[in-house]
Amino acid sequence: MREKETTLYLGPQHPGITGNMMVKLKVTGDTIVRAETHVGYLHRGFEKLMEVRNWMQVFPIVCRICVPEPDPNEENLARAIEILEGREVPERAQYIRVMVLELARLASYLLWFGGQSGSAGLYTMPQWSVGDRDYILDLFEELTGGRVYHMYIWAGGVRRDLPEGFADKVLRVMDYLEKRLKHYDNLMLDNSIFQKRAQGVGVIDREKALDWGIVGPPLRGCGFKHDVRIDDPYLVYDKLQFEVPTETGCDVWARALVRRREFEQSISIIRQIMEKMPGGEFYNKVPNPLHWKVPAGDVYVKTESARGEFGYYVVSDGSDKPRRVHVRGPAYVHGITLLEHLLQGANLADVSFIMNSLGTCPPEMER
Amino acid sequence: MEFSLKGMLNPLLALQQAGKRPHTIQFPFEEKKVAERYRGLHFNDLEACIGCGTCSTICQNEAIDMVEINPGDSENAKPGDSGLRPRVDNGRCCWCALCVEVCPSGSLSLTTHYNYVSEDANSFLWTPGVSNPDGHKELSFVSDTSHSLLDYARVPMRELEGKERIKSFAEVVLGYADEEAKKEAARCIGCSICTEVCPVHMHIPEYISAIEHGNNEDAIRIIYDNNPIGETCGKVCTRRCEEVCPLGARGEAIAIRWLKRYATEKAENAEIIREIVNPDIKPPNGKKVGIIGAGPSGLTVAYYLALRGFDVTIYEAKAKAGGMIMYGIPKYRLPLDSLDKQVEYMQSVGVKIHFNTKVGEQISFTEIEKNHDAVFIGIGYEVPYTIGIDGENLENSIQAVNFLRDINADKHVDIGNRVAVIGGGNVAIDAARVSRRLGAEVTILYRRREEDMPADWEEIEGAKHEGVIIKTQAIPLNVVDDGSGRVKGIRYGNARMVTDEKGGRPRPELIEGDEHILELYTIIGAIGQEADYSFIPEDIKEKIGFKSGRIVTNEWQQTSVPHIFAGGDIVNRTADAISAVADGYKAVKGIEQFIFAK
Ligand SMILES: Cc1cc2nc3c(=O)[nH]c(=O)nc-3n(C[C@H](O)[C@H](O)[C@H](O)COP(=O)(O)OP(=O)(O)OC[C@H]3O[C@@H](n4cnc5c(N)ncnc54)[C@H](O)[C@@H]3O)c2cc1C
Ligand code: SF4
Ligand code: SF4
Repeated sequence: MREKETTLYLGPQHPGITGNMMVKLKVTGDTIVRAETHVGYLHRGFEKLMEVRNWMQVFPIVCRICVPEPDPNEENLARAIEILEGREVPERAQYIRVMVLELARLASYLLWFGGQSGSAGLYTMPQWSVGDRDYILDLFEELTGGRVYHMYIWAGGVRRDLPEGFADKVLRVMDYLEKRLKHYDNLMLDNSIFQKRAQGVGVIDREKALDWGIVGPPLRGCGFKHDVRIDDPYLVYDKLQFEVPTETGCDVWARALVRRREFEQSISIIRQIMEKMPGGEFYNKVPNPLHWKVPAGDVYVKTESARGEFGYYVVSDGSDKPRRVHVRGPAYVHGITLLEHLLQGANLADVSFIMNSLGTCPPEMER
Repeated sequence: MEFSLKGMLNPLLALQQAGKRPHTIQFPFEEKKVAERYRGLHFNDLEACIGCGTCSTICQNEAIDMVEINPGDSENAKPGDSGLRPRVDNGRCCWCALCVEVCPSGSLSLTTHYNYVSEDANSFLWTPGVSNPDGHKELSFVSDTSHSLLDYARVPMRELEGKERIKSFAEVVLGYADEEAKKEAARCIGCSICTEVCPVHMHIPEYISAIEHGNNEDAIRIIYDNNPIGETCGKVCTRRCEEVCPLGARGEAIAIRWLKRYATEKAENAEIIREIVNPDIKPPNGKKVGIIGAGPSGLTVAYYLALRGFDVTIYEAKAKAGGMIMYGIPKYRLPLDSLDKQVEYMQSVGVKIHFNTKVGEQISFTEIEKNHDAVFIGIGYEVPYTIGIDGENLENSIQAVNFLRDINADKHVDIGNRVAVIGGGNVAIDAARVSRRLGAEVTILYRRREEDMPADWEEIEGAKHEGVIIKTQAIPLNVVDDGSGRVKGIRYGNARMVTDEKGGRPRPELIEGDEHILELYTIIGAIGQEADYSFIPEDIKEKIGFKSGRIVTNEWQQTSVPHIFAGGDIVNRTADAISAVADGYKAVKGIEQFIFAK
């Protein structure tokens, strides 16, 4: 006799700190037969809105596309405009931008530590990592004036120079986080229960990973050394030493290890930045924002975000507003098609767990 | 996989953290101390804000609207202030602070205040500065010209060097090149505050925008819409607009005058102006208007009435049109060919000018009245005041306006090598700078301090640059006779400034015994002028109202005698070209209304 199929609705209230979306699950017992993602709860029409806002006004819009890691959005938009305009970015600003992007990656991974563990029932971890993330938000607050939305990277450089004594504070936070990693390991990654939950779960078909357009830690967890910072370096990444960790398990565990190892790489990158950052200008001013026109053209730019390659396709018709800004975040694939696929046959208890391992980010899917 | 013992025990190490103090803020027991550049709720310094609305324009969340704090604020606002103030909807705001970065006055800031709780949704509409009067104590993200998105530095105007200048009457200002003009135009924030204070309300942001985009012909059309002597104003306007330009609050105002000059100069002659402006000339309506005086006010009335199909005739005493802009303003500021082409263009659209026709001499006022449906008087202030000291009638004691008129009419005036000009206004500066060009050493004697001089600061700078000596707090006492009825010098006394008990500006008071004589060849008086109304018949003069020497009119420049209109220096106290144009422009509507209401 066939077991009866039941429909369950996960979400739309944050199915495991990922942002609002809903996953409709057809289950028999604890096993998922089919999963259907439903997005639309967060749709704010960003892309369309940008077509009726001038170039400067677009900056405070793009950061809101991703709450945990807004900065790659700012970087992409800024770089796209800079390419279209042929605008130079002062070297100091490029260093500062890398620092911001790596701090954002750390902050984003700290949320992930919490989400990944929390969704496995390990509730101490989110208390720790979200608390530790606050140190980075404090840095952002001091640097940019905002904790979550920074609105700091913009065309031509960055908005303000580093405040007095900022570099020391950054280094202190790096030292602290490095020490904390050991605690995280004890609690999470060296924890047999976590390992048991993560290994062999949410396994991506390595053969199809590239075809599906998977990027970031999920792809690197399948053994592909793919990272925009190395493959197509932007800003000053080519002047910095760092590794691109890969794992071969293709599962939640492999993705966790990749992130854990990258965390250390980012700390190292930030230390190098603080050492090498030159003085000088931090901003190459754009024209009067009220009548700033960007030369006609189109450009695709990408930044390695914590969730993988984050792309922007920006089209200018030469007017004072973008003709089109197409945002292509990694979650678009990871959180919809890949998620639906991986949930087939998965255990009900693993749904949020798998979602977290993919870096599912609804605001980024719905622009 | 297997469960290892280590893997089972490791998590227990977390217990080590159990006694650790939390490092996040323990709200509500602890207050968060926010960062120095924190972006919290807004504060606006209501006194410094000029209501330009740029903050509202830039806000991509449309969180700001401009409101009156008290009813009637916009009517009662001082020049250069719209009277409106920004109101922020904190339900829409995302605290990006773009508004702060574009606030030209620097009045708008974000504060350290981030926590606001209320059950009343409407209370999230804040008028910064009103809703949080103490907000200035918690400023954090402030506007600073070095970070502002606006450009506070003007594109410098190229000028002749001082030594070059005094060799001839060549135009001092060399004008903007195309790229310079575009760059300067691009600084504009388009707030229109300037339009409000311009006497004729020229469409300033519109023509600046046209210039920015390289559409000079559009700019010219926009300028000619309400000013037929745009090129003159582009060179010599007193530019009240620039005084209120918000960028001037913390930097340099947009060079509105130079941009106008740039655009209008592109039309090289009268035909080209005609081609570009391509005015819509209405068919003749059979109505006749007589205009006395071809100064800026008279020319403006004539031009716009001609376009509206009126038959207009100007009666002008002199050989050329332009009034004081022809016979007063020196040629190094306003070259003859520039003026000629503007007048020629007006004639080409049907303005008739009878030159060398002084009303009261060559033709009577009554005859003009008889032959026209309406009359406009724009005779200006041409009769100089005397200083009122002994010896003023000696040979070589002359008056600035007469001196400038003769020079502009290409007459020879022998001023010798040492000249003193008495006065502190633009006319005094003009007389001094012209004297320099004739080779004399020049001293300006002025009663008060330099900052009290009514002359334009750029003119004062220009004069100094050309070697004019400005002697302030110097009161002329008498002109010294050389014994043969000629000027030998001037005796003046130094003054100290004393505060005025009634709260007026400080006045000069002679310092006893501190008297000196300056030896001179020529002394030039420049302390003001008045009008000569002698051509107006007594009975009409009685009916027209006068106040302190000026004719009183209504808002349409109409006098108490309904068919007689007046404007320019004889009506307005501001006494500059643009006010005369404004009067003319208003009179056009007044005359039209008057004639067609008959
Ligand atoms: C030396 C000097 C420099 C100046 N510089 C500037 C400047 O830089 N910028 C600025 O904006 N303003 C300047 N002004 C002021 C400006 O020129 C005047 O405000 C303006 O020209 C006034 O215009 P109006 O139409 O009232 O008459 P006016 O320009 O004074 O013209 C009056 C006309 O009427 C004619 N007229 C007078 N009586 C009779 C009559 N009975 N019959 C027929 N015609 C008659 C006169 O010949 C004259 O042509 C300056 C003035 C002077 C004297
Ligand atoms: S931009 Fe500044 S000066 Fe202008 S209205 Fe806003 S607050 Fe006031
Ligand atoms: S801070 Fe940004 S969103 Fe808020 S009112 Fe200012 S411009 Fe608008």
